[in-house]
Amino acid sequence: MSTPAFEKKPILLLILAVLAIAVGTIITMVLPFAWVNTETDRIETVTPYSAIEQAGRDVYIREGCNNCHTQTVRPLVADVLRYGEYSKSGEFVYDRPHLWGSRRTGPDLARLGGKYPDAWHYQHMEAPTSMIPKSNMPAYGFLNDNPLDPAYIRKSMDVLGFPYSEADIQALDGKTEMDAIVAYMQKLGTGIPWRQTAAVEIVGDLTNPFPKDPQAIADGKGLYAQHCAACHGADLEGNIGPELEGEDYDDEILFELIYAGITENGMPSFAALVSEKVWQMFNFIRYKQDN
Amino acid sequence: MESHPYNYAIVRSFVTWSIIWGLVAILVGVLISFQLVNPDLNFAPYLTYGRLRPLHTNAGIFGWGIGSFFALFYYMVQRLCRTGLWSDGLAKFQLWFFNATIIAAAVTLLLGFNSSKEYHELEWPIDIMVVILWVIFAINIIMTIVKRREEQMYISLWYMLAALVGVAVLYLVNAAEVPVSLFKSYSAYAGTNDANVQWWFGHNAVAMVLTAPPLAVFYYFLPKSTGVPIFSHRLSIISFWSLIFMYLWTGAHHLLWTPVPDWVQTLAMAFSIMLIAPSWGSVFNGYLSMNGQWHQMRENYLVKFLILGITFYGLQTLQGPLQAIRSFSSFIHYTEWVPGHVHMGAMGWVSLVLFAAIYYLVPRLYGREIYSIPLANLHFWLVLIGQLIYSISMWIAGVQQAGMWHALNNDGSLTYTFMETLVEMYPYWWMRGIGGLIYLVGVLVFIFNLIKTAQNGKPAEEAVQSA
Repeated sequence: MSTPAFEKKPILLLILAVLAIAVGTIITMVLPFAWVNTETDRIETVTPYSAIEQAGRDVYIREGCNNCHTQTVRPLVADVLRYGEYSKSGEFVYDRPHLWGSRRTGPDLARLGGKYPDAWHYQHMEAPTSMIPKSNMPAYGFLNDNPLDPAYIRKSMDVLGFPYSEADIQALDGKTEMDAIVAYMQKLGTGIPWRQTAAVEIVGDLTNPFPKDPQAIADGKGLYAQHCAACHGADLEGNIGPELEGEDYDDEILFELIYAGITENGMPSFAALVSEKVWQMFNFIRYKQDN
Repeated sequence: MESHPYNYAIVRSFVTWSIIWGLVAILVGVLISFQLVNPDLNFAPYLTYGRLRPLHTNAGIFGWGIGSFFALFYYMVQRLCRTGLWSDGLAKFQLWFFNATIIAAAVTLLLGFNSSKEYHELEWPIDIMVVILWVIFAINIIMTIVKRREEQMYISLWYMLAALVGVAVLYLVNAAEVPVSLFKSYSAYAGTNDANVQWWFGHNAVAMVLTAPPLAVFYYFLPKSTGVPIFSHRLSIISFWSLIFMYLWTGAHHLLWTPVPDWVQTLAMAFSIMLIAPSWGSVFNGYLSMNGQWHQMRENYLVKFLILGITFYGLQTLQGPLQAIRSFSSFIHYTEWVPGHVHMGAMGWVSLVLFAAIYYLVPRLYGREIYSIPLANLHFWLVLIGQLIYSISMWIAGVQQAGMWHALNNDGSLTYTFMETLVEMYPYWWMRGIGGLIYLVGVLVFIFNLIKTAQNGKPAEEAVQSA
């Protein structure tokens, strides 16, 4: 075999190498620009970040939250059940950079907005284990000590070309990085009205399938500790959610509140647990109230 | 006869500094692995997991990886071209600029200046330093090759040249950003486009930094260590061109099931499978070069490092394409399996080959025989065991985690909450930390051995020095 020319001519080899890498690059990296972020995948309800939300996004990047949290829900059964409606390309048109991430050491955050009330986030950022025992997330209480810099945030908004008003910038005065990151958390995934469309409606009669059943109460105890105690207190005494000791809704109403949640005030829906577990929690709450 | 002497001083300096940065990478890695077990080990704001993890990856890839490629490329290019470097002064400047860049990177990452892009976290001023560094390096290598006194370029030089242009293209395109202040910028691309560009970069950084350069090293140091040539030159040619052609199509396998266009994902999946062929071309070329020489696995510690290294490359390039298949990706992506995969490549393939090359260089750089071969063997076993504990525990963890994430009850509800799956990870995270500690001890043995060699190793035979 005679020696191929590229083995004797370094500049030729460099040119051939550039051509070899250019083919895949052009087809899979350059070409998609023709479709992505054009009118075809535009979603009308998706809006740019407000000044405080963008400031929160910058904090998220600075602290490297993307090392443990992803921001893209896949169209897979378990992903959608756990996190919500799967992610659409048009939802990310204002994300510079994207923050999809590559590891879920913590949960995906693409649909976090509106899941919890603000108070939950403040408390969780300050001391994650206070809301989620056994969590390994670092505490970010120091964000409370860092005031926002309105002039700098104005500059960021200008660079990104996002609209803002003078009032938006003035409102940043006295706000901290903690306020900003919470505002950002509440924005995530709210570009489409998925919580409203995913809301469940209960049809038919509701009757408690296991009233005063000790097994259901025991099961409900564990579920309550896991899902309810952080906000409503281990003994129903309340915390960032209302106390439940004196709660006296009709059975159907209480079940419905747990099952469907209250979208407006941050009470999550527990429909994903399916009704049996919701009835177990229900029976535990009733048991606690009686004892 | 030699009008322009070989410059070994620069090789020695780069070896030293790359090992120092490698040690930093491992120490930070061990710290962050224990932060996962105990969040109280996060010391806000500078020493939290979120800020330290990019420092770990950057110190590993740029400090240890690229630092030793600088050393080994400068060594190989002089030997293979039978001439000294084009510019010793430029190489000297590059050494200092390299360390300045790595220090600037470490400080800014801890201060929270990062672009968020994986393996490209450095903010724009440091980006510019990296580009300058790479241009200086590329000019020196290319000009040395141009003035070579050996007509034919050996395989290692092809991989070097491809890596030089490949990294340049990838880095520049992915670095496009608009500065807001001295240490903050916003990506020039948005959302899905940004993700697709980032993983075109991210995956091909693996090709051009963690595949082509270590292959250049392997193709040079295996025959040097065994004393027999590479099995097939033709196989080398086919593997080289098909590898650099196919790699660039595969970035989107990091984005399966995301909003990236479906056809881009499909192409990425198909080309990932096809990549098995050129990858294993090099693996077979390595194995078949050992025909009649397998006894050297017992007798020659260098061969042990190299053959285990290429074996992990072979496993890596089977596991990787498997993960790039949509169905398997839906199960395993985002889990602990992935760090298990990455660390087999980093701690197994790349580092084992680098260790071998550095051991080979020592007598030539210091004029002394290695201080202790038993210690080199101890180093081998410690890093091998440490890495296996790390990777295997992460694979098992990943399978369990994936199984729990996807588990459904008969009524269609999720079986486990996220926290129920997270607490199951704690024992595995302990194992990972312990694996990392064993690896760290292995590297300390390596460093001790090198220091003793430099101080008072037996003088090497003259043949080695002048060869």
